[in-house]
Amino acid sequence: MRATHPITALTTLGAALLLLFPLMTPASSKEMHVSISNFTFEPRTTTIASGETVRFVNSDDMVHTIVAADGSFRSDALDTGDSFAKTFLKPGTYAYFCGLHPFMKGTIVVK
Amino acid sequence: MGKERENAGLTRRHALECMAWAGTGVLWTVSGGIPKSLSLLDAAEAAEVSQGGMTFLQISDSHVGFDKEKEVTAVDTLTEAIGKVKTLPVKPAFMIHTGDITHLSKDGEFDDAARIIGSTGLDVGYVPGEHDLIDPGQGKAYLARYGKGTLGAGWHSFDHGGVHFIGLVNVVDLKAGGLGNLGAEQLAWLKNDLEGRSASTPIVVFAHIPLWAVYPKWGWGTDDAAQALALLKRFGSVTVLNGHIHQIVQKVEGNMTFHTARSTAFPQPRPGTAEKPGPMIVPADQLRSMLGLTSVDFTVGKERLAITDTSLARDV
Repeated sequence: MRATHPITALTTLGAALLLLFPLMTPASSKEMHVSISNFTFEPRTTTIASGETVRFVNSDDMVHTIVAADGSFRSDALDTGDSFAKTFLKPGTYAYFCGLHPFMKGTIVVK
Repeated sequence: MGKERENAGLTRRHALECMAWAGTGVLWTVSGGIPKSLSLLDAAEAAEVSQGGMTFLQISDSHVGFDKEKEVTAVDTLTEAIGKVKTLPVKPAFMIHTGDITHLSKDGEFDDAARIIGSTGLDVGYVPGEHDLIDPGQGKAYLARYGKGTLGAGWHSFDHGGVHFIGLVNVVDLKAGGLGNLGAEQLAWLKNDLEGRSASTPIVVFAHIPLWAVYPKWGWGTDDAAQALALLKRFGSVTVLNGHIHQIVQKVEGNMTFHTARSTAFPQPRPGTAEKPGPMIVPADQLRSMLGLTSVDFTVGKERLAITDTSLARDV
């Protein structure tokens, strides 16, 4: 049997922390929520800083999708309770709609 | 009793039979080149009209995978509807399905639908609804099953009993704030498909989203339908069959009859009667009668286009 050397133990702990670190949300990153309810995106317009993430949460009893008006991004089908997260890196105005119910529209403004 | 109960052939027992059936289909018969719809349940009427005619069946919006109604799933109600098809006194020549076969385009949903609908042994002409194209491949799952013999996103045409049938796809490349969409490629194909065809050929067009503006606010219409209808205008008998709105609505304009079928899965509100067009979730003991609430006056020629379960449910 080999005794665990204190230095080895500390090194192992450090490596474990390094492994965990990327999974942790950086303090600077924010996640804004857009809720989908009764065939409506709420809020209709969401303003975020570049690098921030928007999570679209479907609480409707109907499936919806999130599709960029310019085709630059698209979610899978979101059934009740499903969500879709999208991180916006470049400033700009992003119009989106529901691919199943195109009368449902929203906008993400990235400052 | 409403005036729609003037038909002496209807009985209270008949009404209760209608009440007991959530899923509906529309039985169409072509007699003298004029398609007419019949109640699936009106056996005597169907038998009478079918003599010497050709009948086919339309089902729509089976939404296999939808399970938000209380106690019954879309599989249950599709199974009920198909059970009714099997007991028809006159066997239809084939069926058409006007889309939203599945709810989420999942393989298991397509498989269940194929198993249940296939149990009739009838050929089925399909067009997709928007719910059939939301697999990760955006329609690959649908085309893998139903794309054979079709073009583009699944449009196709065929002839049966002297009638030319055209299945159109208007659920692809939808735009923000837009309605259904046929697209230039499909319109060019349609023009070519109709070219040289005699104006006396009866035409049946079927597509998922209505080809006329039922209620644009909820997306119930097709942006470029006018171009398709212009190509069809010279024909003496054009019948346009749609789904999508889960209720019966009919319009007659010149030689064109527009008709939407009910869903076999869940009802949707009538235009403007609710804030949004979401599924009407109602207590299980009311579902079937709620499905029966949609009604329309049928006024083509002398024949009443009898989808009688609508007013019967209201009477009870």
